[in-house]
Amino acid sequence: MTTTSEAPTAQAAAPQPKAKKSGGSLGRYIAVRALLIIPTVFILVTAVFLLMRSTGDPITAAQGGRLPADQLAERIHAAGYDRPLLVQYLEYLGNILHGDFGTTLSDHRPITEVVTTFGAATLELSAYALIIAFAVGIPLGRIAAFRRDRGADAGLRIFAILAYATPVFFAGLMLKLVFSVWLDVLPVNGRASTRAELQLARVDNPTGIYLIDAFKTGDPAVIGDVLQHAILPALALGLLTAGVFLRVVRTNVISTFGAGYVDAARSRGVPERRLLRKHAYRPALIPIITVVGLQIALLLSGAVLTETTFEWKGLGFQLGQYLQARDFVAVQGIVALLAVVVALTNFIVDIIAALIDPRVRY
Amino acid sequence: MPSTASSPRASRWARLPIVSQLRQSIGLQRGMLVAGLVLTVIFLVTALLAPVLAPYGYAELRDENGLFGATQAPSSAHLLGTTQGGYDVLSRLIWGSRTALLVILVAVAASIVVGVALGLIAGYFGGWLDRVLVVIADAIYAFPSLLLAIVLAIAINHGQSGMWPGILAAALSITVIYIPQYLRVTRAEVVRIKSEAFVESARVIGAGHVRIMTRHVLRNSLRTLPLILTLNASEAILTLAGLGFLGFGIEPSAAAEWGYDLNKAVGDVTSGIWWTALFPGLAIVLVVLGLTLVGESLNDLSDPRLRRRAAGAEPVEDLLAPASTTQEASA
Repeated sequence: MTTTSEAPTAQAAAPQPKAKKSGGSLGRYIAVRALLIIPTVFILVTAVFLLMRSTGDPITAAQGGRLPADQLAERIHAAGYDRPLLVQYLEYLGNILHGDFGTTLSDHRPITEVVTTFGAATLELSAYALIIAFAVGIPLGRIAAFRRDRGADAGLRIFAILAYATPVFFAGLMLKLVFSVWLDVLPVNGRASTRAELQLARVDNPTGIYLIDAFKTGDPAVIGDVLQHAILPALALGLLTAGVFLRVVRTNVISTFGAGYVDAARSRGVPERRLLRKHAYRPALIPIITVVGLQIALLLSGAVLTETTFEWKGLGFQLGQYLQARDFVAVQGIVALLAVVVALTNFIVDIIAALIDPRVRY
Repeated sequence: MPSTASSPRASRWARLPIVSQLRQSIGLQRGMLVAGLVLTVIFLVTALLAPVLAPYGYAELRDENGLFGATQAPSSAHLLGTTQGGYDVLSRLIWGSRTALLVILVAVAASIVVGVALGLIAGYFGGWLDRVLVVIADAIYAFPSLLLAIVLAIAINHGQSGMWPGILAAALSITVIYIPQYLRVTRAEVVRIKSEAFVESARVIGAGHVRIMTRHVLRNSLRTLPLILTLNASEAILTLAGLGFLGFGIEPSAAAEWGYDLNKAVGDVTSGIWWTALFPGLAIVLVVLGLTLVGESLNDLSDPRLRRRAAGAEPVEDLLAPASTTQEASA
């Protein structure tokens, strides 16, 4: 829900200033970029560990006041939380290197299992939202740029600003109020109705992505049910993201339209419409890839809020549950694992951007 | 850049940051700026005059006629109805603006001071310190800000709080998220200005690092700050509301917070009670909208490529026509 206002322009797409000397070798770029993942993950994991532990151990946080002091001390000792912080930190780092992000306090599940189980639902929601954002944001951004400063542009810009100004949970609540309660045409919350959930549970090798599982059941009623449940959460999250895409496309089309090669094409007699459609529009789409990379972080923030609004049982919803249970081991583990996921996704997005646009390379 | 926008004879008043931009703007852009300013002023006035404007206190449950009652529909006694907890929606709406303003002030002040200082140091001295700071800033920047804010809120007060701990927790979580932005922007400007001739000459005269940094570099690199400031103020409100919505809000007895009220309204919506969700949500939207409109307009006005010229034709034709038809109007 943050950081969306400054739309990166084509020039700003390069991650670091030194990228100005254009076109390094792709191999070197990938290597440097891959190495950068290590400090990024290390910094975030360390920060999360220190912050979460700066105020005490998780067992006191979860059980404090509910257990007698001696039992509490015993549990803290058993879990090793009475050792020096540095020892615990090194052990934590070691475990992470082995892919062990800890075990939740409240229901004793490994964090990696929690993330893989509930991650599918978050992935599904984010995918729907991204599809809506692309389908709505890019064409509208193009219209806004082509009709710059006319009525359509003004309206679209106001839409983009409103999309940014509306918290995703408020949008979700209002959609719910109108479509689920007043009009009563869509389900209030959840990912599927109970009947469909039962059918989905019987699928062989369930992916956890309900739409795929629904196709596996082969029952159109189940597919319809799953889609109906997805409409409102996907709309809430997708429309807000569409606003970001709209602005990026608009700004970039306008700025590429002022570029030298467009002038050159104009002087060769290329018709104005073609200039807009081919010369200015296409290169303006490149920064979208970088923006999508940034959106992944934003989508995750948004997904936590959207899932809580719609009781969409994904990672964000589950995180909210752990927060309420004051299970800070779970919170720490999920956030740390997400740091790795975000770093890897950003890496992949940057590589794709570099493949398409040589200016991005170091 | 007020100095370039107005003539040297312009009065002191006309050179004030927002006033000069208001004079410079025209048409749609002026409309956006004015609308944004109006919304922002309403927000500020509401926050400052909350005790006078609000019919009840934010934690009041009863008046001389007894308890307000839970989820009462809007009526003459309670213009916007009451919440599930039995509070007056209008009063919490008005008091909530005060909480939002406090969070913005603390968050923006803290992140500017720390972010600008770090950006100045990183950009001015360069070297390994610069690299380390930039890598840390990038790591934080790429991470979901809400998750970071949650972790910070837990660290600061274990996630539950009264008014000031709650405000500080929200504000400091927001601060940590925005420091990287101020750092990057300031650093980029500092790196650019550092190589200018006047910095060189100051060094030749024998000015010390501190004097060069503060007098020559810092003053010239704060150009883009008002813009980020308004944008971050609006993001601060969204983060505060997000934290409140996830249950990290400030206890209702300690202060009013819109995100918390929306959290409590989730159940109401399902049973068709609309006033507990609609009004706090609208308050968030309008305040963010106001601040964003001001920020956006300032951005457009400071970027000549996006600035619409007073004498310019319609821009698409404007681009079709030879460049000479567009003349920059003297402000």
